[in-house]
Amino acid sequence: MITGQATQLKGRYDVVVAGGGPAGLAAALGAREQGAQRILVVDREREAGGILWQCIHAGFGLHHFKEELTGPEYAQRYLEQVLEKEIDVLTDTFVADIDRDRRLKLMTGREGIRVIEANAVVLAMGARERTRGAVRIPGTRPAGVMTAGFAQKVVNLHGYLPGRRAVILGSGDIGLIMARRLTLEGIEVAGVFEIMPHANGLSRNIVQCLHDFDIPLYLSHTVAEIHGRERVEKVTVAPVDAQMRPIPGKAWDIDCDTLLLSIGLIPENELSRQLGVRLDPVTNGPIVSSGMETTMDGVFAGGNVVHIHDLVDFVSQESLLAGRNAGLYVTGNRPPTDNIRLSPGENVAYCVPHTISSERPHTIYLRVRRPMEKCSIRFGTVLEKKLSYVFPAEMVTLTVQPKFLENFHGDALSVDVVAR
Amino acid sequence: MNYDVTIIGGGVIGCAIARELARYRLGVILLEKECEVGFGTSKSNSGIIHAGHHSATDTLKGRLEWAGNQKWDSLCAALGFGFERIGELTVAFTPEERATLERLLTSGRAKGVSGLEIWEPARLRREEPNLSHDIIAALHAPTAGVVNPYEACFTLIESARANGVHVAVDYRVEVLSRGEDGWTVKGTGPDVASRFVVNAAGIFADKVAAMAGVGTFRIHPRKGEEYLLDKRLRGFVKRIIFPLPTATSKGILVIPTFDGTLMVGPTAHETEDRSDITTTLPGSDEVFESVRRVVPGISERDCIAEFAGLRAAAEGEDFIIGPTAAKGFINVAGIQSPGLTAAPAIAEMVAEILADEGMDMVARDDFVPAVPPHVRFATLPLDEQVRLAGDDPRYGRIVCRCEHISERETVDAIHRGAHTLDGIKFRTRAGMGRCQGGFCSWRCMELLARERGVPITEITKRGGGSWVIRRREDGEKP
Amino acid sequence: MTDDRISHYLCIGCPLGCRLEVEEDARDTIVEVRGWSCKKGERYGRQEHTDPRRMVTTTVGIEGAALARLPVKTSQPVPKGQVTEVCRLLRTLKVSAPVRMGDVVLADIAGSGADVVATRDLS
Repeated sequence: MITGQATQLKGRYDVVVAGGGPAGLAAALGAREQGAQRILVVDREREAGGILWQCIHAGFGLHHFKEELTGPEYAQRYLEQVLEKEIDVLTDTFVADIDRDRRLKLMTGREGIRVIEANAVVLAMGARERTRGAVRIPGTRPAGVMTAGFAQKVVNLHGYLPGRRAVILGSGDIGLIMARRLTLEGIEVAGVFEIMPHANGLSRNIVQCLHDFDIPLYLSHTVAEIHGRERVEKVTVAPVDAQMRPIPGKAWDIDCDTLLLSIGLIPENELSRQLGVRLDPVTNGPIVSSGMETTMDGVFAGGNVVHIHDLVDFVSQESLLAGRNAGLYVTGNRPPTDNIRLSPGENVAYCVPHTISSERPHTIYLRVRRPMEKCSIRFGTVLEKKLSYVFPAEMVTLTVQPKFLENFHGDALSVDVVAR
Repeated sequence: MNYDVTIIGGGVIGCAIARELARYRLGVILLEKECEVGFGTSKSNSGIIHAGHHSATDTLKGRLEWAGNQKWDSLCAALGFGFERIGELTVAFTPEERATLERLLTSGRAKGVSGLEIWEPARLRREEPNLSHDIIAALHAPTAGVVNPYEACFTLIESARANGVHVAVDYRVEVLSRGEDGWTVKGTGPDVASRFVVNAAGIFADKVAAMAGVGTFRIHPRKGEEYLLDKRLRGFVKRIIFPLPTATSKGILVIPTFDGTLMVGPTAHETEDRSDITTTLPGSDEVFESVRRVVPGISERDCIAEFAGLRAAAEGEDFIIGPTAAKGFINVAGIQSPGLTAAPAIAEMVAEILADEGMDMVARDDFVPAVPPHVRFATLPLDEQVRLAGDDPRYGRIVCRCEHISERETVDAIHRGAHTLDGIKFRTRAGMGRCQGGFCSWRCMELLARERGVPITEITKRGGGSWVIRRREDGEKP
Repeated sequence: MTDDRISHYLCIGCPLGCRLEVEEDARDTIVEVRGWSCKKGERYGRQEHTDPRRMVTTTVGIEGAALARLPVKTSQPVPKGQVTEVCRLLRTLKVSAPVRMGDVVLADIAGSGADVVATRDLS
């Protein structure tokens, strides 16, 4: 097991990274690359690497490492780089608070409570899974209703099984991956139920996790009721109407002892809120500049804490940028501020970053609100990119070169996805 | 073993009675059918200490409500559960409703409820800016409070135990028989013999009374659904908000719980099924539609958890407390709202009844009213935290990150009686926050297994068949 | 050209998820693979049509480590029909710590020619 231990917890750090998952590790490397000296990554688990350790499936690293890796391989490669660069990693430690002077209150399992100071902070707390309460599934509250991520941890790290027969609500990638995982562990998966008319996970996961094992996917269906007093005994499932309400006459019961929830992730922004950085109500993450700086001076953010990504590669890429800019900030080489605001327009739920500069190239991440075929992303009138299809479940990325902005003199650009 | 008194039922009523009787030189045992006390109606409760002016003075519950209300401060001082008098507002939208407020004010004052006053819109906007601007007046009652009802149960029983009361959990009473000098209780544990039986069996009180041959009443459970909202809304409403009953709603409340989470509910629907603690789509709609009228900023999108509980209402709607035709069998039944508020007064009343019925009530001189204080680490000032964590680094190791609950607090909860994930959750709040145990459940299970010395597969959510995980081997297909 | 000579696949080579068409002639010989965005996609279409294979990732037991399970993968894709069997065989396998990422924990599993290798260090 790889765990680093901070050699010293006194004094001032150049950059402190809250969270040691893929975002935090990439951010730390980015800060080092730009010359930050004392860098600390804080993680609350027993080892850094985040959720990747339990994501034992392949599909990571195609962009970053140019080969397909499993989650643990991706985590280990990153962690090795971080330790090689002599970045302090403090595990079993929880960032309980950050104040405006960038003082961090750390709760450590080994050394009690420490307060440290940072010249720059990178928020990399990742995301948490939405739970039953968020979708208010009617019925009883027995054991056996759990998030897909909890089941994944139990199975892949600790070697226990969540039940014998499972139903999965939500077609997010973790749910699809777990459908296959449970099947391979000998647990019967009766079906995946998705309230939306389209799947929420990557198409490749529908194929290799569901089709390969003949697990049915029911679109426009939901779990209408949970039964069982002590442990789940069955669930009632039903198609939904246009208002997403179960249609009672068409409901049926499925015997199962486990209900896995894969109903989305929420950026984990308690610290950001305590700190007072402004959040985007659509992403639930901080509003960020093209350098991934939040609305608070010297506080940067990257990865799922900013917006939910489909691919860890993009988490790393975005967080590397956040870390680089934190490094530039502490070495006094901060680039000029942005001059163009991006505003989500037609069929665009959000774009990140929220502002850009006409001086530099940028990667823009965005999500559409509804699926569309044969469409274009329009970036004001300066750029248009054709796409064969878009899905809300698949993040769209777009690179904007400064040359496109040469003749643009406004201060805001609308980003639209429109039919061709 | 022979006891003086057997208490059937470990809800807040049974627990309060147990702790009250612990003051005397008596042999007392409490039998609870769930795996921990407080796991029935008392856990699924609004947690309100009512101000004292709502129920009529000519009822038993009306008298015990105000008497009980007065006793919570000293109980809290001794036992340290979460309790605060945050006050309540009953709101009026129409001149007719305003007239009802005036009537409540008059009758409340007649009862002796202190501090009642009517707030006009200007005051209301200042104190509670997020209430609907359609509200034309509100009756403020500062004597109302909120309590963590499960904590009250846990600490009452902890105190009772410390003073010699025996407790048997997972004990479902099946047969009651009257002999020469008392009662024998048979059930899912060793037989229990005692002179007196106190029936505090909540929604099963009529069944237990029937076992004693005095089935003179029937409990008709009334279900209440409640919805907990994200902590982001902390402080959005500062007092308990009561609408007046309308034709369409019996009154859905907004409750700022002791821990700062807003809770909305409860519904009130009769159910035949005594195990029906389901939440429903119509129930959720009813709650949120009703609440929006009073606090427009609250939405179902803020919901993090929901639950339902059964009120043990009896015909006639009043409490049924007293001796019965079966000598030595005492009913404490039909305890619906404001039962929690009245609980300490009910407990004292039961002690008086026992004395009247011939029990020799000699006060113990070694009664210890207080339990050791519970550390709520997250609420302590930084230097105090640093000191505590310096002495025991387990205070520095966070188990529940939503509520900032440490390993030490979790371990303490286990040693104070938590057997299950819910037991930890309701003692420490670990798992009660916005991630609903997604992150901490595993840690809590590991700690339960370690501290109790059992395999992790034996850890349950709330006892019985509520297992969480299983071993791999028994899942192998041949 | 008739449609029954065309099979449809969704490429699982990367998150793009290209929708592939594999066209055969009357003698079941592939004439063309369409719809790919990279050469890997074209290869995937041919492979999937003739001999579908999958990389297997699962866990094996590990003794003497901080965790109970060691994540592993097959060194190369195995025939799709063998995936379940491979996992079943590995369910009861137990290794001893320490293990390094890339260590072979079982060679040539189920005669597939693929080795099973650890995907992390664990001690």
